[in-house]
Amino acid sequence: MKAAVIVFPGSNCDRDVAVALRRSMTRDPEMVWHGDSALPKVDLIVLPGGFSYGDYLRSGAMAAQSPIIREVVARAKDGFPVLGICNGFQILVETGLLPGALLRNSDLRFVCRDVWLQVENRQTIFTSSYATSIPLRIPVAHHDGNYYADEPTLDRLEETDAVAFRYCRGPDGPDEADGAANPNGSARDIAGIFNDQKNILGMMPHPERLADAALGGTDGQPLFDSLVSALAG
Amino acid sequence: MKARVHITLKPGVLDPQGKAILQALGHLGFDGVSDVRQGKFIEIELDETEPNTAREKLASMCEKLLANTVIEDYQIDLD
Repeated sequence: MKAAVIVFPGSNCDRDVAVALRRSMTRDPEMVWHGDSALPKVDLIVLPGGFSYGDYLRSGAMAAQSPIIREVVARAKDGFPVLGICNGFQILVETGLLPGALLRNSDLRFVCRDVWLQVENRQTIFTSSYATSIPLRIPVAHHDGNYYADEPTLDRLEETDAVAFRYCRGPDGPDEADGAANPNGSARDIAGIFNDQKNILGMMPHPERLADAALGGTDGQPLFDSLVSALAG
Repeated sequence: MKARVHITLKPGVLDPQGKAILQALGHLGFDGVSDVRQGKFIEIELDETEPNTAREKLASMCEKLLANTVIEDYQIDLD
């Protein structure tokens, strides 16, 4: 299987995610510049983390209007798999492919640390390799990760099993030094969501940053392995 | 024609920046400030001279880019 990573001016996790993809897929992803208008023949599109267009106007707002995104939106609506991490999640909500918005963190601080996540739905192409209910340790690094949606939308996300990940307590209980389980004030502790058809995932935490034992953990790797087992062949 | 677009958070959407400003005003000794909401103000120069057409164009700009209507309202003023 092959993935495309869309690179915007200001993306800074494009190479990290390329390494994680290569590890699971055993081949290099195609790096696609935001100004291109055609996508290569691939099985997965990844919108990486970073600060596309310097977060001007709103995080993800400018990237959501870039030429390549029109093609991404068209394919995503047809059921094509799309993964948005951090700034990629912000871009996905700005395009309207995912509901809600990502506001400034409730304590106004840029938060950069590991958090614990509960996998809420394991029956998807993104999460099938997470076998147990043990929380995952994955890093976050963002200023605008405070997930907001109105109450009916939040209810609908839960009713349709579209909540992908929730911030939770770690296995050793709360640790005051690390701060609260929910790092940004997100509604209902939501860290990542799917669309209705579950072919699109947007998440604030960075699975690509803990997908190699040399980096101190591998809890992010099953996400990429899940995609391989669903899409390869 | 000059247009002024005000973008504000919808009522009910939490505004942590407004809250921080409210607190800072209190620290500076400004009493009687009960709430602060922070928004955006954008000035736009248009070639269009017909106010209704300009308004339509600006509304479309707000819907597509300037505002995120999930969380923000916008108001358009023309000179």
